[in-house]
Amino acid sequence: MKRALACLMLLSAMVTSPLLTAKEAALMAEDPVLEKRVMALAHELRCLVCQNQSLGDSHSDFAIDLRTEMREQMKQGKNDDQVVDFMVERYGDFIRFRPPVKSTTFLLWFGPFILLVIGAAVLFISLKKRKRSVKTTPLNDEERKRAEALLGDK
Amino acid sequence: MVRYLKYLTPLVVFLVVVWFLGRGLYLNPREVPSPLVDKPAPVFSVADLHRPERQFSSEKMMGQVWILNVWASWCRACRDEHPLFVELGRKNIVPIVGLNYKDQRGDALEWLRALGDPYVASAYDVDGRVGMDFGVYGVPETYVIDKQGIIRYKHIGPVTAKSLETKVVALVKELQQ
Repeated sequence: MKRALACLMLLSAMVTSPLLTAKEAALMAEDPVLEKRVMALAHELRCLVCQNQSLGDSHSDFAIDLRTEMREQMKQGKNDDQVVDFMVERYGDFIRFRPPVKSTTFLLWFGPFILLVIGAAVLFISLKKRKRSVKTTPLNDEERKRAEALLGDK
Repeated sequence: MVRYLKYLTPLVVFLVVVWFLGRGLYLNPREVPSPLVDKPAPVFSVADLHRPERQFSSEKMMGQVWILNVWASWCRACRDEHPLFVELGRKNIVPIVGLNYKDQRGDALEWLRALGDPYVASAYDVDGRVGMDFGVYGVPETYVIDKQGIIRYKHIGPVTAKSLETKVVALVKELQQ
């Protein structure tokens, strides 16, 4: 696995020649609106080779190929959803940085809120318990005088 | 009892966290479940690696269990796993099709000459289009495709003697029944 990774990294370092990025820069000049759309959507998708980079950030061969594909599809008039669907069909939901809400991702989406509710409930109950356990006995005259003296009240 | 529970809670929480983090250590983040498993394999037709004037069409493989091995001459890990496929090819258990991915034809042919050619056919995916349809993101990758043309298994990265035997060949034999 490590070797495969090294192989890929080396590959991306070698194949991602400045030529390709220069090519994209040229495309940017050619059609800035389309190119902005490609990059905006590419930032929503994960580069599976580098994983913690988006397709927009990565200079790997993989990311460049997919950006080229996205560009082609957008030129053909496909909308963003259709392009994302194309990617998900091939690479799975994992390619999306924002996974869709479905039964398998329920905990991912709502887990934190469930924990928040549990935490709030525990806090509420323990505060109530503590309130009950604190005894409130009124001060007698002597205690009141001492308290006033300490607080500096006349 | 209730008093003990209070002191045990942090321990229980700690153990749960340890369990999750510990499991995470043994998961391979590069193994992304493919949405294509149990779906029909993309049908493709590209130039044959050996005879550029001919086309290789995956439809030819319909009706039999076959293995698709995605490789490239620039891929170091492919070199590691290749002898295993050469050996498997010699056994004549299952047809193996090579998909030469984003490669130079000359380099690829030289590679096969030097290391052996276990493939019943080699498809030449020069621009990576077929690879994209298969969701290839790291070569080598190996697919087991059944008689109906459904992808039944996908292996990402180089196979080992063990994974080839226990996962790939075992599944092939089961599917051939």
